[in-house]
Amino acid sequence: MLVWSRRGRLLTFVLALALFGVLYGLPLGVIALASFAGQWNNVLPSQMTLEHYVNAFRGDSFDQLRHSLVTGCVASLVALVAGTWAALALRRARRLPARVFDAIFFIPSAVPSVSVGLGLLVAFSHKPFLLNGTVWIVLIAHFVLISAFTYGNVTAGLARLPADVEQVAESLGARPGYRLRRVTLPLLAPYLIAAFSLSFALSMGELGATVMVYPPGWVTMPVGIFALSDRGSIFDAAALTMLLAATTLLVLLGLSRIPVRGSAR
Amino acid sequence: MKSPLGTGAAAYRAVAPAADRGSGIAFDGVSVAYGGVTVLEALTLTVNPGEIVALIGPSGSGKTTALRAVAGFVQPATGRIRIGTRDVTDVPPHDRNIGMVVQNYALFPHMRVDENVAFGLRARKAASALVAARVPEALAMVGMAAYARRFPRELSGGQQQRVAIARALAIKPQVLLLDEPLSALDAQIRRSMLDELARLHRELPDLTVLYVTHDQIEALTLADRIGIMRDGKLVAFGPAQALYRHPPNRFAAEFLGRANLLPVTGLEPAADGMARVRFGDVALTARNHHALPAGDECLLCVRPHDVHVEPHADTDNTLVAVVRSIQWQGDTQSVELALGEHVLRLACPPRLTLPGIGDPLPLHFRGTQATLVPVGAALG
Ligand SMILES: Nc1ncnc2c1ncn2[C@@H]1O[C@H](COP(=O)(O)OP(=O)(O)OP(=O)(O)O)[C@@H](O)[C@H]1O
Ligand SMILES: [Mg+2]
Repeated sequence: MLVWSRRGRLLTFVLALALFGVLYGLPLGVIALASFAGQWNNVLPSQMTLEHYVNAFRGDSFDQLRHSLVTGCVASLVALVAGTWAALALRRARRLPARVFDAIFFIPSAVPSVSVGLGLLVAFSHKPFLLNGTVWIVLIAHFVLISAFTYGNVTAGLARLPADVEQVAESLGARPGYRLRRVTLPLLAPYLIAAFSLSFALSMGELGATVMVYPPGWVTMPVGIFALSDRGSIFDAAALTMLLAATTLLVLLGLSRIPVRGSAR
Repeated sequence: MKSPLGTGAAAYRAVAPAADRGSGIAFDGVSVAYGGVTVLEALTLTVNPGEIVALIGPSGSGKTTALRAVAGFVQPATGRIRIGTRDVTDVPPHDRNIGMVVQNYALFPHMRVDENVAFGLRARKAASALVAARVPEALAMVGMAAYARRFPRELSGGQQQRVAIARALAIKPQVLLLDEPLSALDAQIRRSMLDELARLHRELPDLTVLYVTHDQIEALTLADRIGIMRDGKLVAFGPAQALYRHPPNRFAAEFLGRANLLPVTGLEPAADGMARVRFGDVALTARNHHALPAGDECLLCVRPHDVHVEPHADTDNTLVAVVRSIQWQGDTQSVELALGEHVLRLACPPRLTLPGIGDPLPLHFRGTQATLVPVGAALG
């Protein structure tokens, strides 16, 4: 405990809460309020309505939500498998190759996602890689953007595995596959879940690259929200945002409840 | 077996041939290097079937590395390793049929105690009836039957250690490798675990054990033979008692039992394997176990317990030293004395009245309890 006195602790707590409220609560609160607003000219909306939610349930926003969910799940799952695989493979690699690979994995997160989308668009617009206008290019864009996070999470998890357990497993007669299944992956489970959650959340909110590559038949929720607010339907956009946030939160809550047995000491 | 104490490779190989029960471990010129640095140098050593061999040595001397080479976790740069009659040098770890207990136990934290113990059997696809029979048996052997459904984090260090041993034994391995299994335990539990390991070995007389420790008490208590490592080399190897009584070199004498070593000259062989030597102008006698030649310079090695306080100094092997410090250690008094520029330690009964610091104290030791150690064997 850094602050010892009771009053000091209370003060710190209030300060932290206020800061948290301003940084996180305010924008979210405004969006939440907007999603119920009929008219908003003053500090607060002058009239409340459920109309935007009715619109949301009536329009094609359910398709958009479905597209987002499918994209998020598939891309995160593939990224999880690929990131775990890469982390496992590179664990025993020499310093330099591992570093190079690290860099390649992380470059997409260091450039604007619009640029990633543009790159994919150009790269996959010609035979033999003609994916432009398909769902695949959206999935690839999301995969490229989130795989660094799964890879990073799993690598961090591997570094924190309890010492020697894998080697002891081997000497007890476990072949590599058995060891991976019964020892390494179960011990990594918390990190795998965290990796999946993070990449799923990132994918659900991804706009920059998606907007560049999405085909007409695969509009994701963020693209839909962007289109609405571009048209000036701010309140409808806010209602969709609330829907997206609630769905994502639900999935993340579900993930956090997956039981992890007797995790590492 | 004439002299099991030589440091030459021939002496190590001169051990009884493998009996047909159990299997031994044989290192044959095994070297291990990490990134160009040799940390294990041409190790040649045989552990007989059913034998306990302890490897001791200071930190970083390559003990763990030797053990890991047997387990298959490090690949020797040169040399071969055999378990029983099988050359396992190129066999993957999972196929070596080894039980291993590491320093921090490395229990699987996500499995309950019984699942930990069953792991090896399940990995080998043992029938579930066999697993159901063998797991309680292994747990009972280490007195942990009541803890089968606990998770490792719910156990004390000593209990975890027992589970680790049960897990290693459940697969009925040919050999058991123990890497400082008691070092994380407090002194009292360590002593009782030591007794239990000894009992365990009486119950499983065919089990071959290679035991790594830096604690000489553990080694002397458990091991049939002891190997002393230093800087990646085996500097002494032999039966525990013989190694203690007649250390082949200075390092072995000091590391195993903190011997007093006095430089002596003018060796004259005498009858019954004894020899006369001179320490300054004092004449002393000691065993010449290593048959050192006449005129040799060597070290006279005598254990602190074998040096006695002699108020009537009229026998041979008498020295007068000056008391430097006295430490009362409960069951003994440890006295440090100055003998010219040399330091001498003695352990005496707790009730003995000793002179004060700075006073002279006449000492005596029996020639048969002192041994001459070659100084030229460099290794010191
Ligand atoms: N993975 C490794 N990479 C590089 N050097 C290593 C590695 N493992 C061990 N070493 C080095 O090899 C030498 C022998 O190490 P080892 O672990 O065998 O010593 P030890 O006798 O078991 O010591 P301790 O009593 O401290 O456990 C040490 O100098 C150590 O620094
Ligand atoms: Mg070690």
